[in-house]
Amino acid sequence: MSHKVVTTVNGRRYEHEVEPRLLLVHHLRDNLGLTGTHIGCDTTQCGACTILLDGQAVKSCNLFAVQAEGRSLTTIEGMAKDGQLHPIQQAFWDEHGLQCGYCTPGFIMAAAYLLAENPNPTEDDIRRGFEGNLCRCTGYVNIIKAVQTAARTMGGAEAKPATQAAERRA
Amino acid sequence: MAVSTLIGAKIHRREDPRLVSGRGRYVDDMQPTNVLHAAFIRSPYGHAKISRIDLTEATKAPGVEAIYTARDFEKILQGAMPVTNSFVADKKQPIGWAYIAKDETRYQGEIVAVVLARGRDEAADAASLVQVDYKPMTPVVDIDGAVAKGSPTAHSGIPDNIAWDTTVGGGDVKAAFAEADVVVKQRILQQRLFPIAMEGRALVVEYTPIENKLTMWSSTQVPHWVRLCLTLATGIPESNIRVIAPDVGGGFGSKIHIYPEEYLAAAASKLSGQAVKWVEERSENLTATHHGRAQIFDIEVAAKKDGTLLGYKVTQYVDTGAYVSVFSSFQCSAYAIAEGAYDLKNVEFRTVGVLTNTTPTDAYRGAGRPEATHAIERGIDLVARELGMDPVEIRRKNFTKKFPHTNYLGLIYDTGDYDKALTKALEIANYSELRRRQEDLRKQGKLIGIGLSTWIEVCGFGPGQGHATTFAQIAAETLGIPYDQTEVRTGDTGDTPFGYGTYGSRSLHVGGSAVLMSSRKVVDKAKKLAAHLLEAADEDVVFEGGRFYVKGSPDRAKTMGEIAFAAHRDNLPPGMEHGLEATTYYDPPDLSWPFGAHVCVVEVDPETGAVKLQRYVAVDDCGNVINPMIVEGQVHGGVVQGIGQALFEEVLYDHETGQLKTGTLREYMVPTANEIPEFVTERTVTPSITNPLGAKGIGEAGTIASSIAVINAVCDALTPLGIKHIDMPATSDRVWKLIKEAGK
Ligand code: FES
Ligand code: FES
Repeated sequence: MSHKVVTTVNGRRYEHEVEPRLLLVHHLRDNLGLTGTHIGCDTTQCGACTILLDGQAVKSCNLFAVQAEGRSLTTIEGMAKDGQLHPIQQAFWDEHGLQCGYCTPGFIMAAAYLLAENPNPTEDDIRRGFEGNLCRCTGYVNIIKAVQTAARTMGGAEAKPATQAAERRA
Repeated sequence: MAVSTLIGAKIHRREDPRLVSGRGRYVDDMQPTNVLHAAFIRSPYGHAKISRIDLTEATKAPGVEAIYTARDFEKILQGAMPVTNSFVADKKQPIGWAYIAKDETRYQGEIVAVVLARGRDEAADAASLVQVDYKPMTPVVDIDGAVAKGSPTAHSGIPDNIAWDTTVGGGDVKAAFAEADVVVKQRILQQRLFPIAMEGRALVVEYTPIENKLTMWSSTQVPHWVRLCLTLATGIPESNIRVIAPDVGGGFGSKIHIYPEEYLAAAASKLSGQAVKWVEERSENLTATHHGRAQIFDIEVAAKKDGTLLGYKVTQYVDTGAYVSVFSSFQCSAYAIAEGAYDLKNVEFRTVGVLTNTTPTDAYRGAGRPEATHAIERGIDLVARELGMDPVEIRRKNFTKKFPHTNYLGLIYDTGDYDKALTKALEIANYSELRRRQEDLRKQGKLIGIGLSTWIEVCGFGPGQGHATTFAQIAAETLGIPYDQTEVRTGDTGDTPFGYGTYGSRSLHVGGSAVLMSSRKVVDKAKKLAAHLLEAADEDVVFEGGRFYVKGSPDRAKTMGEIAFAAHRDNLPPGMEHGLEATTYYDPPDLSWPFGAHVCVVEVDPETGAVKLQRYVAVDDCGNVINPMIVEGQVHGGVVQGIGQALFEEVLYDHETGQLKTGTLREYMVPTANEIPEFVTERTVTPSITNPLGAKGIGEAGTIASSIAVINAVCDALTPLGIKHIDMPATSDRVWKLIKEAGK
């Protein structure tokens, strides 16, 4: 038996008939073609599937599509606006916060939530904020720098200068 | 290399804008219409006989198109899986690895049947309806169990579990040990690890009959190898097979093996006449994708009273898992650099391959080199402790100092300055102050440890991430064209010549050199053409800043762009072919040997055994650096993987059933941002002389040095309690038990 699900994703309205067991992450990827949200595990450990649900970071592998009924979602595809990367995306690029890039959409969405809640996070806040996200390539060092840089460009008042991002923009 | 603007610059990676905006193209992002989804039915046991497979219910399930078992594949796949490596030639027991199990399964996760269905969930549902009757047998799941007298064998009908047993050596080891004032012995465990690339493996494959063509998208590090092996297995000519590795979400060695799924999916597409897709789930990945390490080292080090190392004996046991894997020669490659950074000629290295009923093991980040480094760096610390010497002093005394250096096996180390790297690391870490502080804190009952490791690596046979950027930097610099006007294509056998792929940190050293040499060939040809167009002799033409001009008249110049255009027109010098292209297959004349020194500081809580990382300093030397940002990133990642091995990660099997006890990421701890300290990465630069770039590989440096730096620090912290050695992972549990025992 299928159910109707109406969602607003990245500002667009979508209507689908889905099976009750369909995971939200599969709905996004298979039905909406938003393949930027990734799947890295089957035990809700890795955070590769992180999106914003009504502004809150959630693991989309941990919800059924039907649970998103009537809600507003943001995925990685909704971050850049008018052909401009979002400051967090830009900071990941500037600070080399990614290597293979598979975990990256999840980290960026988790960072978006973190900075919305706490515009001036300490390094410890950032580390704790990423408790549910795994990266196997970067050793996290540059991911943390990227969030510090993003906090600064987004106007967090006391965020410490991270590195010489400008110098890298060779 | 001449003064350069692009090489050595922190250029942004060009692949990133796509990847940060969710526009990567990983295999699972491909959603072709009319594709069938594959689900593999896998043995749940370590070792079992298959008595019956019943497909009745499964066949009736909704959406099912076909179900295949071993018999179906016999028509399409020849013999056993092609094993491409020379080392296996002298293995003791030539054991074939079947594409799919027929009568007997030898590890949890071995495939027994394949379901094809119209949807992913339908395939999974049908798979759960396939009835396989197994007769479980007693498995062997570890080295000790497998080599013990009278132990069960991993395969029915073989006399014992020894896959190979080979000894190499140099110098006079016997005399060295006879002359020694001290000999230390230690058994060292290299626990089994999951590689865990964040993207699992994934495939889309389509066979087109009549044309007899096969196209495969695979999340692999080695597309050209996959093509070759598919040819060997299916008989489809190589020219009819195209393998594409699109964006790959990490590999760390786990995607250099050519796996049963690749052959079976290809064959299933041929059998069904439809495209087939398979995406590995994480829990599936933990049994189906090869594991790393799984070794035991028995070492003996002989030394003089003054700390001079005399001789070194090693026996390495490699748990091969149920089959000897494609690149398992990497697993024993520890022999090649057994003596590490030390001038030690009397070395004997025995390697024993041991079959068990577990997932086959193969290369994992560092492949052989972390193991070798761990063994010798542990050994030298034990000698220092025996003699009451400082670990720094004993290292300095024994470093190889003259280069090029021929090691005990005759391998030639190109360049090195090990003391320079160590000295720099010690300065950054403020070593003498650390030792003073350690002493003070010890008096207060605090367990502080300082660990060192000096590492070397052999490169030339390696994953280079960011090569789209690095290669473009090299080409743009040499061709004198803007960086933005270059494009790098890799990963598709359809439009790139044969390459061995990215493993063993070879991308830069080999691929980068090939890019440089091709670019130079292009410049040479362009110069001839420019001379022709400028009506001058070849030798009078100067190439500078992307422009060709006749000596003395820089105003009348032709740009590289103009020459490239002219190369396709008719006014060419006699005998010159159209176009401005070059292909280079670069086979480096000798290996390159990066090196470095790492310092780690830990505090151990005597009550709980918890190890806290306080400080980590890495000084690495990988010769000339093309893009420092990429090099640093690789070191960070490597160091953290090494820390993961040292403190957290361990694959465990149940001895009775041969099933994983760590079957999900809940039981297997991958380090998060919380467990990792801030660390300092620095460089020294000693250019290589074996390749035109002067570069050395770096992809694995961090991992090679870090696990042992951490373990040496933990051992140092536990010294006041009389504890000499601890095995990995040094979890709080294990440390706590050791502390309790030491107190008895
Ligand atoms: S895929 Fe959702 S947490 Fe891993
Ligand atoms: S960049 Fe590869 S997993 Fe994070």
